Amino acid sequence: MSAPLLRLDALTRAFGGLVALNGVSFAVAQGDIVGLIGPNGSGKTTALNLVSGALAPDAGRVLLEGRDVGGLAAHRIARLGIARTFQLVRVLPGMSAGENVLAGLAFGRDAAWGGTAQARVESLLARVGLAGKALVPADALTYIDQKRLELARALALSPRLLLLDEWLAGLNPTELQEGISLIRSLREEGHSILMVEHVMDAIRSLCGRCVVMNAGRVIAEGPPAEVLAEREVIRAYLGDEDA
Amino acid sequence: MSLRAFGLALAALAALALLPWLDTGFWLALGIGIAQYAVLATAWALFSGPTGYVSLASAAFFGIGAYAVAVLGEALPWPVVLLVAAALGVAVSLLVGFATLRLSGVYFVVFTFGLAELIRQLVTWFEVNVTRTIGRYVFLDATQAGIYWQLLALFALLLAAGTWIGRSRLGFALRVIGGDEVVARHVGIDTARAKIALFAVSALFMAVTGAVMAPRWTYIDPAIAFNPVISFQVLIMALLGGAHRLLGPLLGVVPLTLLFELLNAHFPNHASILLGAVFMLVVYAVPRGVIGLLPLLRRRAVA
Amino acid sequence: MEAVAGTLLSGVVLGGMYGLVALGLTLQYGIARIMNLAYGEFLVAACFAALWLFTAAGVSPLLGLLLIVPAAFLLNLLVYRIFLAPLVRRAASPAALETDSILATFGLLFVVQGAMLAAFGGAYQNYSVLAVPVPLLGAVVPANRLVALLFAVAIGGALFLWLARTRAGTALRGVAVNPVAAQLVGIDVRRAAALAFAAGGALVAAGGVLVSMFLTFNAAMGVVFTMKALVVVIMGGVGNLLGCLVAGLLLGLAETAVAAWVDPGLTLAATYALFLGVLIARPAGLFGRVAR
Repeated sequence: MSAPLLRLDALTRAFGGLVALNGVSFAVAQGDIVGLIGPNGSGKTTALNLVSGALAPDAGRVLLEGRDVGGLAAHRIARLGIARTFQLVRVLPGMSAGENVLAGLAFGRDAAWGGTAQARVESLLARVGLAGKALVPADALTYIDQKRLELARALALSPRLLLLDEWLAGLNPTELQEGISLIRSLREEGHSILMVEHVMDAIRSLCGRCVVMNAGRVIAEGPPAEVLAEREVIRAYLGDEDA
Repeated sequence: MSLRAFGLALAALAALALLPWLDTGFWLALGIGIAQYAVLATAWALFSGPTGYVSLASAAFFGIGAYAVAVLGEALPWPVVLLVAAALGVAVSLLVGFATLRLSGVYFVVFTFGLAELIRQLVTWFEVNVTRTIGRYVFLDATQAGIYWQLLALFALLLAAGTWIGRSRLGFALRVIGGDEVVARHVGIDTARAKIALFAVSALFMAVTGAVMAPRWTYIDPAIAFNPVISFQVLIMALLGGAHRLLGPLLGVVPLTLLFELLNAHFPNHASILLGAVFMLVVYAVPRGVIGLLPLLRRRAVA
Repeated sequence: MEAVAGTLLSGVVLGGMYGLVALGLTLQYGIARIMNLAYGEFLVAACFAALWLFTAAGVSPLLGLLLIVPAAFLLNLLVYRIFLAPLVRRAASPAALETDSILATFGLLFVVQGAMLAAFGGAYQNYSVLAVPVPLLGAVVPANRLVALLFAVAIGGALFLWLARTRAGTALRGVAVNPVAAQLVGIDVRRAAALAFAAGGALVAAGGVLVSMFLTFNAAMGVVFTMKALVVVIMGGVGNLLGCLVAGLLLGLAETAVAAWVDPGLTLAATYALFLGVLIARPAGLFGRVAR
């Protein structure tokens, strides 16, 4: 039984007196899409930050295929194959869409530069629905196009694991359907994804499994339909009266 | 900088190399002054432009090169002395870089602020206690023309290095860092190492400039070699000209070198105040440098 | 044993001075977000002011505080409004303001230093007041240093009470912690920043007057003071007053120890070594907080 792609083992992180993550453990298997859900402030983004290397854990381990990567610098974790998007979309200002994708391509696993890179940039842009927009300045793109760009940049790293931090937030219904299809197509290609999300439709339709967090702990785990019907989960989101 | 622009710059430098045959007095001396600051300011902007880290260490690296000549100038062949100066500059920059470039920009500024002073104190201590000399005489066979040509060659090399870096992966990494450092780290860029590498290149050129200029003084002691005003002048010139393009600083070097000559000649006691005032004017009026104004001017011309 | 006690006491006195001087910069950088490279120049200016009052009018520097400190407050308020507020207005981000303020105050440094050099020349100055030796803990300390330390403690204590107990002071602390949130709860951040900057200037002037009682100074010494103040502020953790004091004491002790037991020519090296050591071990400073 080989190690799962990603395993969080009793991960703990505090900020001063506030314990954001308190002994969190769960796993993501190869090819899975796992949803990480929970009310605001439950520690979901902190968990992603610990996995991507933006933060270092106070205790516990982050295991990538059995190897402890917790506390490593973000650039080393990126090179090991973990790519992410950000809650507030971060495209590189002052650069074109193509250059943004090139940024993801030039320094990671399977890096490329120069002529060969250009072809891959085009194909990655097409993959996320931005075909032909390589020369458009990144800050001139629409919101959903900027999100696509961030996704293309993440895919350019040839990641073993994709971390999506509320990637579907702020989209209108049409865009939301497009976004969900895009992620589904990624799953069909075999990508492994850990997605923090509030949009329940997306969770239900995309995720094979979800992990529910509240106040820094995992309170439920399992297929979305089951988990979202659990008392404890409903109580976490809505309070006691509606459970 | 595009290859075409680089070619044009080389041609211009070749033309400028003819100066010593036209005049060996005032104009050559002025030419040396401008060439010296051209290298220093461009080397400064090479690092501080893309990274946004304000380095106040120019005087430290310049001084290292100058003092290396003071100590070794008569013992070793000239090219070797230049290499030693370069190596020392790089070594110190790596130390400073590793210590401070992983931290936020303000720690770097604070560290470089006192660096010239620190090195001066260390060198003085060493000279007083170990070698027991204070101040060294430099009697080297160097002509003004020779110094001038070396500076021009150094500038050409600097432009070549800058152009090459700009087109390389390192240059791209620095642009990404300048765009969003968090993103840079998450796409696999070792931001600390990129900044340190660039800082080392910048320091190398500053140290060699100091070495090349040293024979102009017959007597060098630590106070002369590590003169903080140099850091200051380099900063104003690069800022005035514009630190974001390779040839930007040059636009600040030429007018300000002339201005400082004038000020030193007519108001020697008030040089500091006037320098400071000029500097503040630059900071307030021309934040992106003169070269940053060019797109605005062009737009107005078209409209 | 006497020598050790003497050195330690000197270290504490010096450290207390450093702590007080750095407190002002903590206010300027932590609250007004101005990295003031001209800070030391204002200290030296205060030294000259105290010297002038003493030699021309026979006024004791301790009384001179009553005149010089409020004057410094007003002067710095003017400096903030004329030179620094425009930068605050145009800054696109905190980092941009930091860079701009570094550059602007760097220029200001040369202007102020140049003015002092032009007015007083580069010669070293000092004056003697309260130079009575006082036996303490087995060593002998000149009274002027002790008095300076006592005043520093009193001023520091007053500052701390002001920040902790008054509305204005609490507003300043709020701005130091989170300027955006401070604005949202109705604090006039611009006025708070100006107030903090002026208060910082008043503190450094107080430090200058006290230090002038026993230090030999000249117009060019500002840079060294600025450097040390910066080192203390960063070592202590930016915006952290207690950290400032602890770091100041550490620096004072380290410097005095190195000067007495190693070599007086290596004090700056010791300062930098301490600075680097602390930053490498604790990148946010001794008491600072940063999430990594």
